[in-house]
Amino acid sequence: MTYVGIIITFVFINNFLLSQFLGLCPFIGVSKNMGPAIGMGFAVIFVMSLASLITWMIYAWILIPLGITYLQTITFILVIAGLVQLVEMAIQKTAPPLYKALGIYLPLITTNCAVLGIALIAVRSNYGAMESFVAGISAGGGFLLVLLLMASIREKLDTEWIPKVFKGEPIAFVTAGLMALAFMAFDKALLRNLIG
Amino acid sequence: MNLIKVLYAFLSVSGLGIVLGIGLAYASKIFTVKKNEKREKLENALPGLNCGACGYAGCSSYAEAIESGEETVLTKCAPGGSAVAEKLAEIMGEKIDVSMEKMVAQVHCRGGNEISKYQYEYSGIKDCNALYAMFDGDKVCNYGCLGLGSCIKVCPVDAISYDSEGLVWVDKEECIGCEKCVEVCPTGVMQMMPYSADYIVACNSKDKGSTVRKYCSVGCIGCKLCEKKSPEGGFKVENFLATIDYKFNGERRAAAEACPTHCIIKNEPHPKKK
Repeated sequence: MTYVGIIITFVFINNFLLSQFLGLCPFIGVSKNMGPAIGMGFAVIFVMSLASLITWMIYAWILIPLGITYLQTITFILVIAGLVQLVEMAIQKTAPPLYKALGIYLPLITTNCAVLGIALIAVRSNYGAMESFVAGISAGGGFLLVLLLMASIREKLDTEWIPKVFKGEPIAFVTAGLMALAFMAFDKALLRNLIG
Repeated sequence: MNLIKVLYAFLSVSGLGIVLGIGLAYASKIFTVKKNEKREKLENALPGLNCGACGYAGCSSYAEAIESGEETVLTKCAPGGSAVAEKLAEIMGEKIDVSMEKMVAQVHCRGGNEISKYQYEYSGIKDCNALYAMFDGDKVCNYGCLGLGSCIKVCPVDAISYDSEGLVWVDKEECIGCEKCVEVCPTGVMQMMPYSADYIVACNSKDKGSTVRKYCSVGCIGCKLCEKKSPEGGFKVENFLATIDYKFNGERRAAAEACPTHCIIKNEPHPKKK
């Protein structure tokens, strides 16, 4: 049951994009079209799940026994940077069109605070290995969900008449704000009602 | 005790770094992507300024377009000029006509603070387009240089600067001809001209001579004296504004000296403002 709780928490209640406001750069940058948004979403899921699992291992097996937990931020960044590099290589090899579509945003996952965020949050919540992994996947899932919603809205907006001053990013920010308002409906009470 | 902890910290972080480094090095071998040899050659032949004058996002995308056959025009690289076009043609095994002249940008206006008349005092943000949105600029003349230096900001090679008189001037030796300043300039006073041209008409005003005289002492009044002074050609006056016919290769000095408002000036580097 804790897993269900974690999933609901990270997909809806503490959604990284719309309630924690982490990793907004790809949220605005890659949400213009559906295709790249899906690719970016899955890349983030992959990085987040692996990062949270590996950072848990490093935290539990290296940092705690040696009593150097104050190094968590720097080691986590190291691991995440390495992972993203690996993902970048893998995507470049297996899916060149996706690699091109993601462009600069792929290396930017390295410095994406959402990925570091999930690693730090998982550690702070005293999650176990499996819980961290699930938290990573669901946080990435929440990222993908919002990216998809945003991309579909922005694709529709393209065909609508928009005042010139709002065209492009401004209307995207307004949309993001309204979506964040909508996501405020998900709060801890939902969790309590669902699983007690 | 403390020292050991420091050692632990040092060893764990550096060990992690080494493991990750080796892992990545190994992964890069597995995931190597073979780069197209021809494309790489084309990329190396281009100047690598990524200025976008060719209409592509950067040098590598232009190289890619040429390589894939999408792009057949090899002379689109303005900064590289004919030398780069020749190289590209050589790589692609084609012969092209590379007799193109290098084009550079120049500000066609010398109306500074003391010379031009102003219709109001502007104290907004230092951007020409913002200024132009308000009654076409603070000068009475709607065609001249606004002097806020949006072109200076946009120039990728720092060829544009304020000269010792405080006016915007392009150093034609530095200019790569990417036309970014021409695009950003709201008044159209920034224009392209051949690199070899010795003189320019430093005015862009299409107002009548009597009107120009009222608001600027160095503006072209359309008196056609330059046309008369060089009867073989070289100057053309249209819409009360003289323009130089750059195809004409003869002497222009007599006309420049005869110009009553001295707005036909040499296109040479000016000392920069300190």
